[in-house]
Amino acid sequence: MHDANFAIERGEFFAMLGPSGCGKTTTLRMIAGFETPTEGVIRLEGQDVSHVPPYRRNVNTVFQAYALFPHMNVWDNVAFGPRSRKVREAETKKRVGEILEIVRLTEFAKRKPAQLSGGQQQRVALARALVNFPSALLLDEPLGALDLKLRQAMQIELKRIQREVGITFIFVTHDQEEALTMSDRIAVMSLGFVEQIGTPEDIYHHPASVFVAGFIGSANLFRTHIDRRSDTETAVSIAGRPVVVPATDGDAVIAVGAPAIVMVRPERVRVVMAEPQNSSTGVPCTVTDLVFQGPVVRVALATADGQEVVAHIGADDQLPLLRPGDNVWAGWEGDAARLLPEPEPGRAPAEDSMIQPTPSPST
Amino acid sequence: MTTLSARHEAGGAVTGGFTPPVWARKLGTYLLNVWASVVLLYLFAPIFVIIAFSFNKPKGRFNYLWQRFTLDNWRHPFRYSDLVHAMEYSLRIAVIAAAVATAMGALMAIALARYRFRGNSIVNLLIVLPLTTPEIVLGSSLLTLFISANTPRGFTTILIAHIMFCVSFVALTVKARLRGFDWTLEDASMDLGAPPWRTFRKVTLPLITPGILAAFLLSFALSIDDYIITVFVSGNSVTFPIQVINQAKVSVPPQINVLATMVLGVSVTVMAIGSLLGARRAARLG
Repeated sequence: MHDANFAIERGEFFAMLGPSGCGKTTTLRMIAGFETPTEGVIRLEGQDVSHVPPYRRNVNTVFQAYALFPHMNVWDNVAFGPRSRKVREAETKKRVGEILEIVRLTEFAKRKPAQLSGGQQQRVALARALVNFPSALLLDEPLGALDLKLRQAMQIELKRIQREVGITFIFVTHDQEEALTMSDRIAVMSLGFVEQIGTPEDIYHHPASVFVAGFIGSANLFRTHIDRRSDTETAVSIAGRPVVVPATDGDAVIAVGAPAIVMVRPERVRVVMAEPQNSSTGVPCTVTDLVFQGPVVRVALATADGQEVVAHIGADDQLPLLRPGDNVWAGWEGDAARLLPEPEPGRAPAEDSMIQPTPSPST
Repeated sequence: MTTLSARHEAGGAVTGGFTPPVWARKLGTYLLNVWASVVLLYLFAPIFVIIAFSFNKPKGRFNYLWQRFTLDNWRHPFRYSDLVHAMEYSLRIAVIAAAVATAMGALMAIALARYRFRGNSIVNLLIVLPLTTPEIVLGSSLLTLFISANTPRGFTTILIAHIMFCVSFVALTVKARLRGFDWTLEDASMDLGAPPWRTFRKVTLPLITPGILAAFLLSFALSIDDYIITVFVSGNSVTFPIQVINQAKVSVPPQINVLATMVLGVSVTVMAIGSLLGARRAARLG
């Protein structure tokens, strides 16, 4: 783990998102107290808890495989926390009853974990943690073990429970869709670094780095250099043609002449036959492939210098009849483009994102 | 394409080779059952003999030949006070040795399974050493040790010796039980506010109890019948096996069989209760 400095608000649904091995689970285990940071501190409600053992921290975890106690029934599993913290039996009874109500498992109280379905076990794990009224609830890939249908249902369920109890949820996942759907804010992590923290909209529309752009959704990335810069816009060239990127808040400051990357989301790319009126936000291309994907048609294009461009064209958009080899224009609204700094060496971008650091030799 | 069609011709519903007739396969199954019965008989025959001869009325002092059935021996099982005292002495040692060895061995197994520490693999290797060393060597070197440490031989030295060879058995048994143990359960317990001791008592221990019980019974059985090591370190003390062997030169009364049958009965009962509890627990865990 490297620089990871962030504060999480009370009552927030906060996601740590990143590929496996990015340090998100380690961060979670540090917050829970299973691991000690070599440097820096962890504060809980303002108090330094870096060296407080897990059983004395007021945070609770929902483990990846739930870790329900197999020899106890649902009720005893949920009551384990309050009993360990010496809560009076009457109070324990009341709290366990209430929380089982919230997760809708009241009639399963006498069952053993092995007699429950995956979704029910997940809710027991949630109840067992929430019954302690933690300052924060930590969830380690909690939906990973569930199938797709159940996962989607649990996403909504988790959100509902979080609103109902008003407890801070810190959620670790590698699934960008899950993070976008559920979180108030997301921290995108890579190789122990926090790449960006922001709301889902923020992160999707204004990624701070090539890694974030590629990890959340897909992105067209044009490798270029800064030609000119003013307060309102930056001029670059793509495939030998001048292109203008309007300035937005939070842009990285990149020196004139330095390498930079222009990012455009595929669904913002328009494909037109003739040169658009504002040719400073578009490049001429050749069609290389067309794939029908249901909601969208994926149009693969190539610029004159061989950079690949992908456009997602929806059913309502006017798509001219295209064939591979046709010469067209790929254009976009000015605010669809975003200028990103060149990734630092050693901080490799995500592999399965659409990134073309070198022009492909084909077409 | 020639190879493909050739392969096709060679195919069909049945591959080549000899298909034994149905009666031969039935005979095979029958012979297998007979063989299995013979092996089981071989395993259990000596135990049946022990029990059977506790009901024998021997001619003379040696209970070696079957004469006729009697319940006299069971009416007076404690007739020979030497035997009874030796049995009491052995039981005392076996219970204490098994208890101490179980506690030590179980903790050792948990440490070996739970943590990766320096020397972990060496301990894992050395743990089987007491099992593989010939007892005669262990016994004589223990005696050397006790003599040079100037320790009087007796109850304590027998106990020390028995605990020593039982610990290895316990550690191996419990370690086998711990393979596949989900250690995140301990994390979960601590996460829920249970300090280490409560976590051990409420989560770890209940889940490995069947293994610990088995280890205890095994230690008990090993301790109560050990002769070779015991005879070296016992001094003037007389355990049941020592008494039986000493006495065998002058007489073998059927009461030996009676006492042995009693011990056997207790062991089997405890084991049955244990596996019954285990089965019920398994049923509850579904």
